[in-house]
Amino acid sequence: MPDLLLELFSEEIPARMQAQAADDLKKLVTDALVERGLLYEGAVSFVTPRRLALHIVGLPARQPDVREEKKGPRVGAPDAAIQGFLKSAGLASLDQAKIESDPKKGEFYVAIIEREGKDTAALLADLLPNIIRNFPWPKSMRWGAASVRSDALRWVRPLHSIVATFGPETEEPEVINFEVDGIVSGQTTRGHRFMAPAEFKVRRFDDYVSALEKAKVVLDPARRRDMIVHDARDLAFAQGLELVEDDALLAEVAGLVEWPVVLMGSFDQEFLDIPAEVIRATIRANQKCFVLRDSVSGKLSNKFILVSNIIASDNGVAIASGNQRVVRARLSDALYFWHTDQKPLPDYTDKGSLLDQRLAKLRALNIVFHEKLGSQGARVDRIIELAKYLAPMVGADASKAARAAELCKADLMTEVVGEFPEVQGLMGRRYAELQNEDADVAVALEDHYKPQGPSDRVPTNKVAIAVALADKLDTLVGFWSIDEKPTGSKDPYALRRAALGVIRLVLENELRLPLLAVVAATAKSNDIAADLLAFFHDRLKVYLRDKGARHDLIDAVLAAGSGDDLLMVVRRVEALASFLDSDDGKNLLAGYKRAANILRAEEKKDGAGAFNAAHDSARANAPEEQALAATLGAVESSVSVRVADEDFVGAMQVLAQLRAPVDAFFEHVTVNDSDPAIRINRLCLLNKLRSAMHGVADFGKVSG
Amino acid sequence: MMPGLHGGHAQTLKKMKASVTQVSSSLDPTRSFQGLILTLQNFWAEQGCVILQPYDMEVGAGTFHPATTLRSLGPRPWKAAYVQPSRRPKDGRYGENPNRLQHYYQFQVILKPSPPDLQDLYLRSLKAIGIDSGLHDIRFVEDDWESPTLGAWGLGWECWCDGMEVSQFTYFQQVAGFECSPVSGELTYGLERLAMYVQGVENVYDLNFNGREGADKVTYGDVFKQAEQEYSRHNFEHADTDILFKHFSDAEAECKALLAAGDRGDHHEMVLPAYDQCIKASHRFNLLDARGVISVTERQNYIFRVRELAKACGEAWLRTDAGRDKPNQNPTTKGA
Repeated sequence: MPDLLLELFSEEIPARMQAQAADDLKKLVTDALVERGLLYEGAVSFVTPRRLALHIVGLPARQPDVREEKKGPRVGAPDAAIQGFLKSAGLASLDQAKIESDPKKGEFYVAIIEREGKDTAALLADLLPNIIRNFPWPKSMRWGAASVRSDALRWVRPLHSIVATFGPETEEPEVINFEVDGIVSGQTTRGHRFMAPAEFKVRRFDDYVSALEKAKVVLDPARRRDMIVHDARDLAFAQGLELVEDDALLAEVAGLVEWPVVLMGSFDQEFLDIPAEVIRATIRANQKCFVLRDSVSGKLSNKFILVSNIIASDNGVAIASGNQRVVRARLSDALYFWHTDQKPLPDYTDKGSLLDQRLAKLRALNIVFHEKLGSQGARVDRIIELAKYLAPMVGADASKAARAAELCKADLMTEVVGEFPEVQGLMGRRYAELQNEDADVAVALEDHYKPQGPSDRVPTNKVAIAVALADKLDTLVGFWSIDEKPTGSKDPYALRRAALGVIRLVLENELRLPLLAVVAATAKSNDIAADLLAFFHDRLKVYLRDKGARHDLIDAVLAAGSGDDLLMVVRRVEALASFLDSDDGKNLLAGYKRAANILRAEEKKDGAGAFNAAHDSARANAPEEQALAATLGAVESSVSVRVADEDFVGAMQVLAQLRAPVDAFFEHVTVNDSDPAIRINRLCLLNKLRSAMHGVADFGKVSG
Repeated sequence: MMPGLHGGHAQTLKKMKASVTQVSSSLDPTRSFQGLILTLQNFWAEQGCVILQPYDMEVGAGTFHPATTLRSLGPRPWKAAYVQPSRRPKDGRYGENPNRLQHYYQFQVILKPSPPDLQDLYLRSLKAIGIDSGLHDIRFVEDDWESPTLGAWGLGWECWCDGMEVSQFTYFQQVAGFECSPVSGELTYGLERLAMYVQGVENVYDLNFNGREGADKVTYGDVFKQAEQEYSRHNFEHADTDILFKHFSDAEAECKALLAAGDRGDHHEMVLPAYDQCIKASHRFNLLDARGVISVTERQNYIFRVRELAKACGEAWLRTDAGRDKPNQNPTTKGA
């Protein structure tokens, strides 16, 4: 069966968009084919900086013919119905329809609609231009003289040529003829921009790949990545070094070259005074180069790996030396900043230590944190207060927490952070160490930003925890107070991440934090506490769900209490989950559901709260009713004691005692007795059962 | 080439070569800063560009020149190239950093509409200044250009030569808040960086400016080092912020007043002077920013105010002769 080869050749596609574009191209074309009844054996897409390519194997040459029967109205139906049928079936007259009969309907018309399958090539010529015109690039553009038209083709960068061929392996394939905005499909492409710029003709995928290879283009991005990483490791190994692996950088670099050539460069030893993270940040972000470390000591080396796109006539000497110059210039900047930050700050020399001077500048410049939330200085003051307040709750030394909070934003005024914002916090720590701050304080300066997201490290140092919580709670409470909450996909102040940070700090350090009280104390009001707690609960659900917890169990637990103490919420969810996994749990849940259903139905008749009275044991005439009432009485007080003691597993074990009497009750007792007094009394018993169980969790929210 | 000229061609070439050798060092793009500029000018003149001179105002980039900002608006074709001295007060380093300057030169090319072979033209211009693509690694690395103060954005690349950004390459999509129709291609060469590269110099101040050696040699440092030191003092320490704030507001008010005064309904007759005030406001803002007296949120507000001026100028430009397809048939009164 024939194969399709498609290549869209353009100016350089941004590296970060390439992988998605290759996936999109494959999906769009194969979906369109399948939708038209064309199944294929396999499809694979590729991308380089200048081309998107798609190979579909084993496509039928023609769409299958379709035969369809369409039932029409009965014979002798009104003319309007007949005409409607003819029109919808595309028939000229009733002569073209068959008459069939069945015992129920009698005789009726049937139209046989036969559609001949189209040539696949013709279909492709039809659908490919649409796919190209509507391609989902994250950002696209217009260009050239055509850009005056509002319907001009948009592409990620100017599109230059299209290869589209279709045909079986053994024959000369045909070109799928179409045109998009003046670009006519054909079978001509070009090789590497510099090493093989000439045009050449391609027929099908096999010769396409090998012709590209000859023209110094490696089509497959995975192979380019492999080439880079292997050559880089080899070059490093030969020098007793190892590559600091970086998958994101590798993918990006593989998207910048059609023919990777890995080279090594170096910089002066003196630059190694700069913190390793800063060296890596600058070499990575600005130069897209890999750093190396000594394979024995693990220390950062003064060598680096660069990936070029050509086999240079001097074997890369000029390229490596050019890159070295740029790296040297960048590191000179970084070194200058690093040294400047260790000097007193002009105009602030009398303000104490180096970081205190930066803090003084931060305050003096009155830098706005947010227009409604005041300056960074005011924010620091709030964080200090909050860190002092939180310190005893998390077991931290309050004066250390206050000192760390005071300095936590000072590094924003350093030159290094001004240049490389991604090393904020880390630089605070480095400078704190240089000025002999307390070790806990120094750690807290780095860690108070953490965790940033679901996989970032969670601080364990108690001072760091206090400041990290203070920083995040101040942000959350602040934005909540001015009603700037996240909506939909919009979360410009990363409040979801801040809330997740609080959750992870609390849970992973097993902290007891009464959130309602903490929020009220932070906000100096009770107005937002409940709403913000609900937001924490939303984020907690997402967090627990990602960890595999059942969504319904979280709801069940949250409905049973204020949920103010996140650690206890999680403990309760865990206890509930294991209880519901047990036989007793499953059966008791079934009993609960039955009771709740009956109560719901009867409350509709008698009104809500009709069964809130205590169960009158004198009136209980069935032994199973008496037994249940007796067990329930004992269980209820025992459960509440255990819940109060936070012994959720114990509370569940007590609840398990209810299983047998509940089962027996439903088996032998009719709730809706004909005597209204007995009926109401039994419903009161069920109500008591329901509320006793609600003391642990709202079982009504448990699914299944 | 006309066939009639063939006979004498070889000889002419020889003569030319001989004369090039004599003056080579002062005009050679790899040996003198001025040679680099002249080579680029000649190259783009050959492509049909109008070779303009720098705009006579303080700007942060060549894009601010009305030959780019305003001419990229409207339907009329336009090709221009020029050097633009660019001032970035914050980048001052008192003449001590070998790579950073608060005043430097950009070479700017604007081609409207963008020609289909713009990348090739660009690469040929690199070849003209001595960058061999068989020896050097030239790369187009994504860089979405945006100028919040000009209300402009485009897609394109940073052009890298052996890991060094030597040019910006942009297809303008929007300028002054208006869709570009047609799209212009903009090339911006960082002249000092390119010159350092082709001259093989590590420190910008060591660049050979005039291509001479010995006593006749003039370096970039001879020309600009003192200026860098003086302006750094000015930009970071002495620029009077109260006056700058006042100048900003004055320029803003003047821009608006000129736009109002030149408005003749379907025609506008005073865009360029108004746009000058927009440029002024923008540079005052850059100076205030370098003095560190503009906070993060205020910063957004100042950018917004300059952008509003740029947008108003762009809107008015589209109502001038140069900004539209056909000249206005009924120009109104001259002056008031």
